Parts: sequence; structure tokens; C-alpha cells
Amino acid sequence: MGIQNLLWQVTKKAFTGGIIGVTISDRCCSVVPVRGDSMSPTLNPQRNSYLDDYVLVEKFCLQDYKFVRGDVVVFSSPTHFKDKYIKRIVGLPGEWISSSRDVIRVPEGHCWVEGDNKASSLDSRTFGPIPLGLIRGRVTSVVWPPQRVSKIS
Amino acid sequence: MRWLRYLNQWRGTAKEAFDQVSIVAKFLCLLHVTDRYIISSTHVQGPSMLPTLNLTGDVILAEHVSHRFGKIGLGDVVLVRSPTDPMKMVTKRVLGLEGHRLSFFADPLVGDDSVNVVGDNVHASTDSRNFGPVPYDLIEGKALLRVWPLRCFGSLR
Repeated sequence: MGIQNLLWQVTKKAFTGGIIGVTISDRCCSVVPVRGDSMSPTLNPQRNSYLDDYVLVEKFCLQDYKFVRGDVVVFSSPTHFKDKYIKRIVGLPGEWISSSRDVIRVPEGHCWVEGDNKASSLDSRTFGPIPLGLIRGRVTSVVWPPQRVSKIS
Repeated sequence: MRWLRYLNQWRGTAKEAFDQVSIVAKFLCLLHVTDRYIISSTHVQGPSMLPTLNLTGDVILAEHVSHRFGKIGLGDVVLVRSPTDPMKMVTKRVLGLEGHRLSFFADPLVGDDSVNVVGDNVHASTDSRNFGPVPYDLIEGKALLRVWPLRCFGSLR
């Protein structure tokens, strides 16, 4: 009987903790690892996966979707919906972007994202402007490893 | 030592207040998780889904489970975040998935993980015919049934 009660208590606490955690992660902020070097040298300056950066992603920006040029954002891939990418916004709605061959206007409700490491980055130069609705958060700072803790500009 | 007594009283009240606040906070978190991941009610209005949805506004229940597992199929009425204004949610029907051919669109094949959504009222609807196929991840829910007005209670057809 005691074990059953204990199990129930632990399950209740875990469930409550899980729900609170999910709410905080959806509305406030979360920590995500950065994979790949498309944002070198801002994120992941070395190619060693043991030293991958972990960044703090804030979710308050999703209340009104007001972004500025230069924001580093996490967004869902327009081509593979389960993947998430981290890139920098370089074009807001209504602006003109000069890509390799021509000049493109960023449509309303979309933005143009590019990685800092232009040589190895899959971004808007490949899949075009992305709807702002795909953005899942804004990166504010690096939180791991400790020697790289800093704000992202 | 009167202040010691006051301190103890205050501590008792503070603990009670904290307990009440934490119950409310846990409830709000539960509400958020249910609303975002399980089921939610939405007020939809506008002429773009006539005759399926009324002009003057209906309340429908939408579930948020199917789209996470990729189980959105042809003919589903979905809630989708507008690609032209991320603050707006629109309700449309899925009429084209990746790799499907349609007679509606000049270029019927859509790219990976994009869906073409069209309103049932083709004369008064801005949808994929205007803004192109939408990335799958903009879909936020699938309409389940209508709960208001009561005379139209039931699944959407």
C-alpha cells in the first residue's frame, strides 16, 4: 500500500512538473543545442560536436512577431517540417534582397534568413523567404559551454 | 517578543497564499497544454468557407494532435497560420498535398512538405490560389466539430 501511494505521489509530481515545464518552454524560454556550422563564428565556431553551443531561445517575441534585421531566430524548415534551423534575419517584409542572380522583394508576412557562414548554410538563398509563422523563437544568448556565455547581437 | 509572533503569523498566511497561487498557476499551465496540444475551441467567421461554415461566425472544436504526426489528409478542414500575417489564423480545406496533382493550380505538384489550402467558397477566399502552397508546419490544428450555433451542432460537411 505504501509503495502504491508513493508511486502515485511521484507520478503526480512528475506530471505537474512536466506541464509547468512545457508551458514555460512554450511561452517563456528554452535551451536548445546548436548543430552544424552554418552560423559560424557566432555559434559553433569549432567543428567538434563535443563543444556544441547551447543557446537560450526566448518565446516572448511570438506574442506580436515584431522582429528586426539581425535577430537570430529558430524556425521550422519549410521543406521538412520536423526540422528546426537557426539563422539570422536579414530581410523584413517589404524589403529588397539581392541574391545571386536577381533582386527579390520579401513578401508581406515573410522574412529572409541567412546563416552567418555563407559558404555552408542552407537558408533563404535556397528555399526562399519563409513565413514569419514558422518562427519558433529568438536566440538571445549562449549558455554553454561556460567560456562562451555571451549575448548574441 | 511580539514581533516574533507577528512573524510566525505572517509566515502561516504567506504559505497559504503561496499554495493558492500555485494551484492557480498549475491550472493555467494545464489550460495552456490542453489548448495547444490536445483540443481547443475557436471562433471562426468570414465568407471563405461557405457553405460549410456560416458567415456570421461559428465556434468549432479543433484538435492539435493529428498535425504533429503528419496525419493531415486531403479534404481536412484545418486551422492554419496565415502566411501573409502571422498574427491571424485562417480556416481552410486541404486540397493538395506534396506530390498530388490538382486541376485547380497551374503548377499542380507542390514541393516537399507544403500543402495547398483552399476555402470552400472559391469566390470569396484568399488561399493557396493567392499565396501559394503553405509549409506544413504552419498548420496548427484540424477542425473536429462545430459546437455553436446549436442547430448546426456536429461534424462539418
